[in-house]
Amino acid sequence: MSVPAVPCVVSRCAVCRRLVSVVTSGTSSDDAVLDVAELQVEFRTDEGRVQAVRGVSFQLHRGEVLGIVGESGSGKSVTSLAAMGLLPGSARVSGSVRFGGRSGSRSRDPSGGGSADTELLGASDSELSRIRGRGIAMIFQDPMTSLNPVYTVGYQIAEAIRAHQDVTRDAAGKQAVELLDLVSIPNPAERARSYPHELSGGMRQRVVIAIAIANDPEVIIADEPTTALDVTVQAQILEALHTAKVETGAAMLLITHDLGVIAGQADRVLVMYAGKVVEAGTVEEIFYAPRMPYTLGLLGSLPRLDVRTERLYPISGTPPSAINMPPGCPFVPRCPLAAAVCETDEPPLAGTGTAGHLSACHFSDKLDGLTPGDLFRPLSRDTEL
Amino acid sequence: MLAYAVRRILVSVPILVMATFVVFVMVSLSGDPLSALKTRNPPPPPRTLELEAQRLNLDEPLLARYWHWLTGVVQGDFGPSVQSTQVIGPELVERFLVTFRLIAVAMLLAVVLAVIVGVISAVKQYSGTDYTFTFFGFLFLAMPSFWFAILLKEAGISFNNALGKQVLFTIGDSSVYIEGGTWAAVTDIVGHMILPTISLALLSFAAWSRFQRASMLEVLNSDYVRLARAKGLRRGTVMTRHALRTALIPLVTVTALDLGVIISGAIVTETVYQWRGAGSFLLESVAQDDVYAVAGWMLIATSFVIVFNLAADLLYAVLDPRIRYA
Amino acid sequence: MREREFTVAPRSQAQLVLRRFRQHRLAVASLVVLLALVLLAFIGGWLWKYSVTDLTPDESQPPSWDHPFGTDAAGLDTFALVLRGTQISIGISVLVAVFSTVVGTIWGATAGYYRGTVDTVLMRIADLILALPLLAVAAVLGHNVGGSWWLIAMVIAGLYWAYVARVSRGVVLSLREKEFVEAARALGASDARIIFRHLVPNALGSIIVNATVLVAIAILLETALSYLGFGVRAPDTSLGLLVSQAQTAVQTRPWLFFFPGLFIILIALTINFIGDGLRDAFDPQQTKVRR
Repeated sequence: MSVPAVPCVVSRCAVCRRLVSVVTSGTSSDDAVLDVAELQVEFRTDEGRVQAVRGVSFQLHRGEVLGIVGESGSGKSVTSLAAMGLLPGSARVSGSVRFGGRSGSRSRDPSGGGSADTELLGASDSELSRIRGRGIAMIFQDPMTSLNPVYTVGYQIAEAIRAHQDVTRDAAGKQAVELLDLVSIPNPAERARSYPHELSGGMRQRVVIAIAIANDPEVIIADEPTTALDVTVQAQILEALHTAKVETGAAMLLITHDLGVIAGQADRVLVMYAGKVVEAGTVEEIFYAPRMPYTLGLLGSLPRLDVRTERLYPISGTPPSAINMPPGCPFVPRCPLAAAVCETDEPPLAGTGTAGHLSACHFSDKLDGLTPGDLFRPLSRDTEL
Repeated sequence: MLAYAVRRILVSVPILVMATFVVFVMVSLSGDPLSALKTRNPPPPPRTLELEAQRLNLDEPLLARYWHWLTGVVQGDFGPSVQSTQVIGPELVERFLVTFRLIAVAMLLAVVLAVIVGVISAVKQYSGTDYTFTFFGFLFLAMPSFWFAILLKEAGISFNNALGKQVLFTIGDSSVYIEGGTWAAVTDIVGHMILPTISLALLSFAAWSRFQRASMLEVLNSDYVRLARAKGLRRGTVMTRHALRTALIPLVTVTALDLGVIISGAIVTETVYQWRGAGSFLLESVAQDDVYAVAGWMLIATSFVIVFNLAADLLYAVLDPRIRYA
Repeated sequence: MREREFTVAPRSQAQLVLRRFRQHRLAVASLVVLLALVLLAFIGGWLWKYSVTDLTPDESQPPSWDHPFGTDAAGLDTFALVLRGTQISIGISVLVAVFSTVVGTIWGATAGYYRGTVDTVLMRIADLILALPLLAVAAVLGHNVGGSWWLIAMVIAGLYWAYVARVSRGVVLSLREKEFVEAARALGASDARIIFRHLVPNALGSIIVNATVLVAIAILLETALSYLGFGVRAPDTSLGLLVSQAQTAVQTRPWLFFFPGLFIILIALTINFIGDGLRDAFDPQQTKVRR
């Protein structure tokens, strides 16, 4: 890890660092390190306009893990890519994504890492390049293709370091080895000279994590970090992610379709469906007191170890096409509670009585205390999926 | 790596021998080296024909003839030519050197152009520039090499006329007599090379630029380029250090595979511009049914292709660590 | 009609391919132009008032109503000559493409499917042919085989099948590792059934696209061969031969040079565009995104 400007024996301790930064930056500013407001992303294709994200708003607070969960096509990955400015040129992005990182306390470049509140959408390439990898770091889904095959692993980590810190090649190389050790890669000095194809999927993903934390980011976006890996490796990666979070003190945006991962890692959860957030709350609220039929359906279709399940309750039907969406709630064709009002008025993300717990459903009160079995039909031979 | 190279060369030798055997048989069976002599007017006496047949080893059976030739080649003797005053070996070397000049520069030009055009097309996909390049690419792919070479030649002549002096040469690979020192000699050679090189390069360039565009596009949309951007590297750095570096690798194999096509193109180009190179040598030899000359030519040309392919494979292994230990 | 659920209307594979091809406007336009050319060459050439051997009293005339493409030094009508040359070029190329594709595909597919000794033997033979520069070998053969067009076609076809064989071997090699082949085998399908019911239909796209490109390449090779004097020769004619005869007269009688060349370009260009359209129709990348 890089040397802090303020010498501190326990420089690796997140609490200590936070104290230091509070002292050096003066007042503790707004707690939201990422503020997304009315984000909309549209792609223009041969078949029409695809509305991938239709108005998403949320805040990521310092040090928290925010999980975004949803099916494929719900727009969760597109949201994160939009924030980083990594969408292809054909995407039309509107809304606002504000990054509230402090001026880096450890870099020599005073404007590095983004000043208080930078608008990311529409920022120039040089501005975004300063923030990417340093203020906000990203971990992608497929470790087999995330690393460049012609450069060694150590080189690619060192490259990330030298992109934002003024250090020599040797120093960066040494830091790279330390980072590899941090993410529990055995024989890190030797491994640093390996090429990506010589490493297993799990190890490659850990390298990606090492790259992400190389510059002490304030936000780590993990886009389906475990999806491409098998279960035993998943556990190792989640542990590496946990280490990353503790070491850097960063807030994490954890995007996945795996509810188990969310349950184990997240503090708060956003549930996305058809390009919109349909429920938001703490992880306990989402899992034990869901207020949106879709969330209920998701929980009902999963076998669980913490609650006694006797039957599974799948959600029939498929998500809607993102082109030319009809008015009203997108969940209508699959929702057991659907009524006339649902087909005409798309329900807004509104409060449910508990502070911070939001749901986008006209009948969210009706769901208080319900279980999936109360709404959906159990899985049987006749179930039409 | 050295072991791999040696192994490849050893495996290639039988192929080379087989290939020359096939060609030898083809030419021997289908043509009559004595036909030119026989059709002379007045017809030569039978004794002359006999002597000539002996000189060309035509009295021996086909296989013996081939063996005779092969063993001779290994010692540097390429056999007797139909033109009795021509010694095949040195003639082949001289002619191939001339052609080598043409092919080397043309390939270099084609590669450089292909990379520039391909990369620009990929980076500006679907833009006006891209469509223009694509259009010309398709046009050149459909253009007959000989027709284009002639067109360029005529354009060169008009250019010279307009300028009032001969800057671009359209005939031969060098002037017969050059006055002045080395500089004059160099400009003379360059002046002779410009048009033929452009002719030969443009057709390969068209195919390679389409390929490079596809390769670059694939890389630009790859996950590792996206990660490089996510690391905070500037667009230019990502483009050169990550995208270009990886996108250039497949081109190595493609250029090697196309060497045979380029040699064919050189044959045509040399005919149009009347160069005394290997291409025209082949055509002359075929027209005269000069078996040993044709066989010798095939041997050298095929060796070139095999060696070049091997070099390309080795270079590929150097550039791409994934196949290094294969 | 806006859909609440994502449904897909069932369509057969052939229908999908046709539909995607129709969307490729350039390819469709090229198909129309090519068909027009073919009709012009065969039917127009047959109906045209001048034949290839009619010596008219107009020598070296520029294009006129009577002679749309002008005449040459002997008084032959260039339009008739060009149409005849087009007939020959198209005829040769189609013959080459069909023969090479059929022979090469079966050869390569067999090698790729069975692998081992069969593969080695079959591909060594193909490699032998591919090691030699094609034009050179074609010149050798063409010189001795005579100048009739179908012999030249056989010469070219006899060389190109090796290229098709290598490509089809590659396709089969990659297909045979795919899961659907394993599944078929697990269900007890015989080798023949796997080859014909599973591998070939999936490889069909590549095969057809390659065959199309082959036609264009064959035309260019044949005309080059004829230009050099080792392809189609007198008494017949070829577009390449016409160019060869006209190369000294480019500036004095340009119609003799340009018309044959333009026809070659037009044929090769339209075929390339069609091939491109077919490639997209059989294996579309993601839906094209507009800027």
